[in-house]
Amino acid sequence: MTPHMLTRSLDRGATIFLAIVAACGILIPLSNLLLPAGSFLQVPTYLVALWGKYVCYAILALAIDLIWGYCGILSLGHGAFFALGGYAMGMYLMRQIGTRGVYGNPILPDFMVFLNYSKLPWYWYGFDMFWFAALMVLVVPGLLAFCFGWLAFRSRVTGVYLSIITQAMTYALLLAFFRNDFGFGGNNGLTDFKDILGFNVQAEGTRAALFALSCLALILAFLICRSVVSSKLGKVLIAIRDAESRSRFLGYRVESYKLFVFTLSACMAGVAGALYVPQVGIINPSEFAPGNSIEAVIWVAVGGRGTLIGAALGAVVVNYAKTFFTSGMLAPYWLFMLGALFILVTLLLPKGIVGTFNSWWDQSKENRAATAASAAAEDGVTEPDMAESAQ
Amino acid sequence: MNVMDTRATSAMLYLDGVHVSFDGFHAINNLSLTLEPGEMRAIIGPNGAGKTTMMDIITGKTKPDEGVVLFDGVTDLTRLDETRIAELGIGRKFQKPTVFESQTVQDNLLLALNVDHSVKGTLFWRGSKAESESIDKVLETIRLTEARNRLAGSLSHGQKQWLEIGMLLAQDPKLLLVDEPVAGMTDVETHLTAELLKEINKTHTVMVVEHDMTFVRELGVKVTCLHEGTVLAEGTIDQVSSNERVIEVYLGR
Repeated sequence: MTPHMLTRSLDRGATIFLAIVAACGILIPLSNLLLPAGSFLQVPTYLVALWGKYVCYAILALAIDLIWGYCGILSLGHGAFFALGGYAMGMYLMRQIGTRGVYGNPILPDFMVFLNYSKLPWYWYGFDMFWFAALMVLVVPGLLAFCFGWLAFRSRVTGVYLSIITQAMTYALLLAFFRNDFGFGGNNGLTDFKDILGFNVQAEGTRAALFALSCLALILAFLICRSVVSSKLGKVLIAIRDAESRSRFLGYRVESYKLFVFTLSACMAGVAGALYVPQVGIINPSEFAPGNSIEAVIWVAVGGRGTLIGAALGAVVVNYAKTFFTSGMLAPYWLFMLGALFILVTLLLPKGIVGTFNSWWDQSKENRAATAASAAAEDGVTEPDMAESAQ
Repeated sequence: MNVMDTRATSAMLYLDGVHVSFDGFHAINNLSLTLEPGEMRAIIGPNGAGKTTMMDIITGKTKPDEGVVLFDGVTDLTRLDETRIAELGIGRKFQKPTVFESQTVQDNLLLALNVDHSVKGTLFWRGSKAESESIDKVLETIRLTEARNRLAGSLSHGQKQWLEIGMLLAQDPKLLLVDEPVAGMTDVETHLTAELLKEINKTHTVMVVEHDMTFVRELGVKVTCLHEGTVLAEGTIDQVSSNERVIEVYLGR
């Protein structure tokens, strides 16, 4: 990112959004750690972990909005990239357990001992090193997205067909990760984590730090998305979204553009997953469930497609509602409510919360300008000189 | 390598014996056509004569079953895709005006400008004086300077047609394919469009498909009449419009 890209990407809305996220990222951990437990302003640890989860979802939503809102690629399999990032982090956390596991094997994680593995599979090598795992968090989802996109976009698979094969992709991964002999813990997944970089994952300080890091990651992801969409490349993406073949006739190589944003988006989803896993303490194949990816698309639709801020907001709002409704008597009806929410938003707020707000804001600004202009014109009746200068 | 030696023809565009069929329907049938550099050619013909399909073949959207399509004497267009053909310098205006509706008029022109179209180039793009000057110039030519910050979707039909012609100008191709530029335009707009195309033709090779015979007459160029995917008649507007077959299948008695 060069300075001119950064300044171009920061409009008023973006600055306010970043300020709010930064404030949350600093104040919530401080309040949790420094204020006495039970005090009115103290944020309890369970809430820090819960909100940390929302922040990770917000990053995933940004990743989806970048490709769906700006380039018209509706991926219904983005949960797969999120889960792969999560697994990469989970593998690191598993290797950190060492001899503290139930079986006390210094190399093999518990599930491997249980399944009679004699040695570590080759694809687990290197995951005892944090830098390697962190690299894989980006590389594995990015590489999958690159290969998938290279095949799909070159063959000009678009629209609903692309959505369906992304669903198939995440479902195939779900089935693969369910298998015990795939080497990722089968349906139990990876859990029972102890340390991350030497800090106890359960400790309050670690949780607060993870929350702050998630907010930082959200800020960075937002800045990357903003600088992409506010560059000329962003205009090309919108052109591709609105009139793909027209863009080709202007000499744009549409598949390269799609491949670029799709891969970037998958890497961001991977980071979100990696931050999610130590905060929730488990990663298992259910994260690949097709329904998860669809739910993430609903967050973006509710918040406002193609607005970035809306995507992050939608993720937080819908998940807050989910937490609220699934913890009471209404729990069995949550999926119905989610479906109803999607239908209502599509019918009543097709631009989502932020999109609707933006149109209202622009409209009222226009009205104010019109009022001011007509007021100036009225003044002009009595003082012709004024009207001259106003124009 | 001496380019002159490899040129098969001096023509800007050379089509010979082109055939295309869709599910047994012969859309283009042994079509042969030559456009000299700097020429402007009007293409007329009844609906289904293959005018748009011919443009699809030239721009790489449709691959011919057989035949030769040469651009600038050397390049075989049948082997290339749309992007590559656009990069070579063939621009196209569609029958139905296709502009990027959710973007402003000047952004539409910016996207059309003939500059670096790579992912990297557009990501790190920072604009230049030369670019904004050429956009200003095009806006002037197509009379949309006042509307530069309006969304293209809010323009009138005629203005959209002009914006699309403006995008062609910004693209600055060697060959312009213009499909029905005056459809839905008023008489005054039609006249202005004819003037504009004549102006463009001073520096570019142009192929215009149009039904409006008054407009074609105003252009005052060589006319080719297509029928059932092949050339029915070719010549001046008077020669073509007095041709018995043309009157029979297209103009009516």
